[in-house]
Amino acid sequence: MPDSTDHDGHAEPSGHGAAGAHEPPKMVEASLDSPQFQVAAANPERVERGIAVMFVLGVVGFAGFGAAFWQNWSNVWLGVTLAVGFFGLGIGMVAWGKYLMPRGPFSESRHTNEPTDEEREVFLQDLSSRGKIALGRRSYLLKILSVAGGIFGIVAIFPLLRSLGPLPGSLFYNTSWKKGSYLVSPEGRYVHIDDLDKGGVLTVFPENDVGGPLSQTILIRPETSGYVVTAPGRETWGPEGYLAFSKVCTHAGCPVALYQKALDELLCPCHQSIFEVGPGRPATPVFGPAPRPLPQLPLYVDSKGYLRAQNRYDEPVGPGFWERGNL
Amino acid sequence: MIDGLYKWIDNRLNISGGTRKLVNKIFPDHWSFMLGEIALYSFVILLATGVFLTLYFEPSQQQVVYHGSYLPLVGQKMSEAFQSTINLSFAVRCGLLMRQMHHWAANIFVGSIVVHMCRVFFTGGFRRPRELNWIIGVNLMIFAIFNGFLGYSLPDDLVSGTGIRISFSILESLPGGSYIATWLFGGQFPGTLLIDRFFIIHVLILPAAIAGLLAAHLGLLVKQKHTAFAGNGATEKNVVGAPMWPTFLAKTNGFLFLVAGVTALLAATVQINPIWQYGPYVPYKVSYAVQPDWYMGWLDGALRIMPSWEIVLPGHMIPNVFFPGILLPGITFTVLMFWPIIEARFRHDTLEHHILEEPRNNPWRTALGASVLAFYFVLFGASADDVLANYLSVSLNTVLVAFRYLVVLVPVIVYPVTYKICLELQHQPRASKTKRHNIVLRSADGGYSTVESAARPGDALPSFPPLPLDNLIIVGDGAGDGTNGADGAASNGSDTKRGIFRIPRSYR
Repeated sequence: MPDSTDHDGHAEPSGHGAAGAHEPPKMVEASLDSPQFQVAAANPERVERGIAVMFVLGVVGFAGFGAAFWQNWSNVWLGVTLAVGFFGLGIGMVAWGKYLMPRGPFSESRHTNEPTDEEREVFLQDLSSRGKIALGRRSYLLKILSVAGGIFGIVAIFPLLRSLGPLPGSLFYNTSWKKGSYLVSPEGRYVHIDDLDKGGVLTVFPENDVGGPLSQTILIRPETSGYVVTAPGRETWGPEGYLAFSKVCTHAGCPVALYQKALDELLCPCHQSIFEVGPGRPATPVFGPAPRPLPQLPLYVDSKGYLRAQNRYDEPVGPGFWERGNL
Repeated sequence: MIDGLYKWIDNRLNISGGTRKLVNKIFPDHWSFMLGEIALYSFVILLATGVFLTLYFEPSQQQVVYHGSYLPLVGQKMSEAFQSTINLSFAVRCGLLMRQMHHWAANIFVGSIVVHMCRVFFTGGFRRPRELNWIIGVNLMIFAIFNGFLGYSLPDDLVSGTGIRISFSILESLPGGSYIATWLFGGQFPGTLLIDRFFIIHVLILPAAIAGLLAAHLGLLVKQKHTAFAGNGATEKNVVGAPMWPTFLAKTNGFLFLVAGVTALLAATVQINPIWQYGPYVPYKVSYAVQPDWYMGWLDGALRIMPSWEIVLPGHMIPNVFFPGILLPGITFTVLMFWPIIEARFRHDTLEHHILEEPRNNPWRTALGASVLAFYFVLFGASADDVLANYLSVSLNTVLVAFRYLVVLVPVIVYPVTYKICLELQHQPRASKTKRHNIVLRSADGGYSTVESAARPGDALPSFPPLPLDNLIIVGDGAGDGTNGADGAASNGSDTKRGIFRIPRSYR
């Protein structure tokens, strides 16, 4: 052990926030025979052989990767050979650094990053005195410059933001459903009164927007006959046991895709909101985070037996949005 | 030849003068300091594999009919984004490996950032003067999470499409949300532009931001120097460890390869995001048990257990998802970002700290951190409530209500328990690299105490005082050949530092 260090070798909690004054460096003498300069391994030759084996493994791994690529072997071969190559190099290099290099410890001194008060003052004075000369006397130029910058900032917002898309306008309020729309299946087939058995369910769209993300509507035929009245004022909305609700969840907009026939419940698989449907139950949320019922689409059966919409949805479908207000 | 080239460059850039300090820079040695390196190296892997993927991925929602090599999907309508992802997985040699490495590296990236952040938090590494670097780090984490989300959204598959729909709904809930959402997506959801826009944000804008912040993060690390645990001769006025060249470089480059190896092994053997099983995104379809990538899990869990509240004001509405989707992450990241300042305020601590705290020696912070982590763990668990209900054969209702209680109860319990554990641990001998047995003694009156056993031969490595590289004079035989700075009498210090890493004679 060198007798030369004057470090006490112990942690010292003292010396917090020392001022920026650097003490003159204390020189430390050490010979290259000091233990700090020796390798950490007790048996360097053995470690060296081990590292060589690892590097050879790396070579084999990468060569194997080349072979696997050339022969178009499976993903597993490609990945495993690549991994073997990386592991060989990695383990070898880490071991090299850990065992075959001077074990240390070494240190460097640490100084606070705070400037001295003097440094700070001189710098700030430079800034302000030059600033006065450069700007103070021509302050009106600076003002014009700021006005120009401000205006640029404002007009730059237009192409940056406003060009991105349309104003929301009626986008959030209207779907493609309108008075008399036919109910059409995802395959484009018009839904007839005989199409669904009791307990059946089908996703439907208006005929001009098949597959429409916002128009998607779930058509259910609960085990009821005659008109299904879900709420007062909706006496004519559910003819022949057919009910139609927006399929866009009022919570976060997922498709409310699951219908539990035995319980007359609609379930959203994303966050498990459950809506009760059936007589007296207008898709009322009874479980989970959904805050509002699914809007109901009023239906009628036309003279040829096709299901059609009496009218559009009477409220925005889907999740709430900040500008929606009380509708 | 090399000498000549070096001299040519050196005469123009003065590398020899300026880089000397960097070469001697000391890196403290502790396993927990590798966590940040994992993050750095997974980012390197992300860039390398990501460049490969961009060569084959088509960021387009144009609908096409698939006629490729994966038979179960033949004839299906899908977007070009989905089709090109399938093609690069199955028809491009090595494509699946690169894709899976990219996805795994993304998970490791965010994961290592979070664990690294926990290390810095629990050891007080964020205290003055490192508050700024903490803030940069929190921003890196936010960008990493966002970019991860955008990345797994790009293939336009059924699961990620549903995730985008939810994110659209969350955007809608912001003040001005219908505008923000329409402008970001170029219209009502899903529109035709979102994959294209997500793509450019994912491959250019956020990576550039991450790279810039990363440079700042490392730059501040170099300028302010690394923190260290007490012991091994470390004080507030020095940094103890191994120098950059060659010891640290050997280890850290080896570590890059190890991270790459783990990523490659995972990509080879553990399938991730098999979009061909989910199918292409169709807005009116959804699959059962949809979960996002793990780092979005706490948000998804919060969405699930949020009570069904919605506040209706005249002309406005605060939608349900605003609370878990905007308010919760908003508060989370704001408090996190300004934590160093908040804590310093509370503890009236204005001093510089370079020696890290052992978590047990600051039970207040450790307990608080554990309690907050517990809160997010419960939220994470809640994002699997449907799977849990299925697995445990209990009703979904029970699981949901249980989580609503747990999210409050668990943190409340974790705090005092952690606090007590910290106090108990303070009386234990300090854990160190070379472990010794602890002996539990029972006294005559029944009390227990723990003492460290005596060292046995070979039990502990001898420890030496650190040699200060910046103020070192090499003396004696090992330095005697005239190139080693044996003329150490030179008074200006810099002359005395030459050649200290000559191979010692004892090692042949």
